[in-house]
Amino acid sequence: MHLLLRFIIGGIVVSLFAVLGDMIKPESLGGVFAAAPTIALATIALTMHKQGAVYVAIEARSMIAGAIAFVLYASAVSFVLMRYRTKSLATAASLMVVWFGTAVGLWAVWLRP
Amino acid sequence: MGSLVAAMRLHLQFESLRETTPMEYAKRFLFGGAVTVIATLIADRYGPVIGGLFLAFPGIFPGGISLVEKHKIERETEQGKQGVLSARGEAAVEATGASIGALGLAAFALTLWKGLTAGYALIPVLICAGAAWSAASWAGWWIREKM
Repeated sequence: MHLLLRFIIGGIVVSLFAVLGDMIKPESLGGVFAAAPTIALATIALTMHKQGAVYVAIEARSMIAGAIAFVLYASAVSFVLMRYRTKSLATAASLMVVWFGTAVGLWAVWLRP
Repeated sequence: MGSLVAAMRLHLQFESLRETTPMEYAKRFLFGGAVTVIATLIADRYGPVIGGLFLAFPGIFPGGISLVEKHKIERETEQGKQGVLSARGEAAVEATGASIGALGLAAFALTLWKGLTAGYALIPVLICAGAAWSAASWAGWWIREKM
C-alpha cells in the first residue's frame, strides 16, 4: 500500500516539476527543473514517518553524492549533444554510465561504512 | 545590467504546455511514480546509504530531453525547416540547465543532512532545503548567463 502511495505522489511531483520546466523560459533555466529534488520530496515525509530522522539524514548525505554524479552526468550529456549533435535520448541513456560510475566512486571513497 | 537582462528574458510560456500530448503527460506520471518506487525498494533492500544515492538518480532525464528535442523538431517542421540539429542543440541547453539544477540538488541534500543531524524538525528543514535549492540553482544559472 505504501508503495502505491509513493508511486502516486512520485508521479504527481515529477509531473508538476516537468510542467514548470516546460513553461519557464529561457530553456537553460527551464532545464534546472529537470534536476529538481522530486524523488526526495515525494518520499521524505513517508520515510521520516516510517524510519525516523537519522535514517533520512543518512539518505540526505548520500543524496549529495548522487547530486554530484548528476552534475557530471548532465554536463557530459550537454557536451556530447552540443559537440556531436547525437540523438538526445540515446545520448542521455548511454551516458547514464557516468552517473553510476561517479556515484559508485563517491560511495567507495566517502560513504562506504 | 547583466542581471537585469537575464531577468527580462525570464518568462512563463503557457503555450508550450500544448506541445505535450496527453500520452506524454501520462508517461511522465508513470515514469515519475516508477522511479520513486524503485528508489524506495533500493533503500529498503540495501539501506539508506545506497538508497540515498538514488534520491538524485536522473531516471526521467533522458525522457525529458528527448521530449525537448521532439517538440523543437515539430516546431521547426511546421515552419518548413529541417530542425534536427538545432533541436539537439536545444536539448544540450536543457542538459546544461539540468547540470546547474543538480548543483542546487546537492545544496538541497546538504541542508537536509545538516538540518536533520542538528535535530531540527522536518518541515522547517525542508523549507530551508527548498530555499537552498532555489538559491543555488538561480545563482548557478545567473553566473552561467554572464559567462
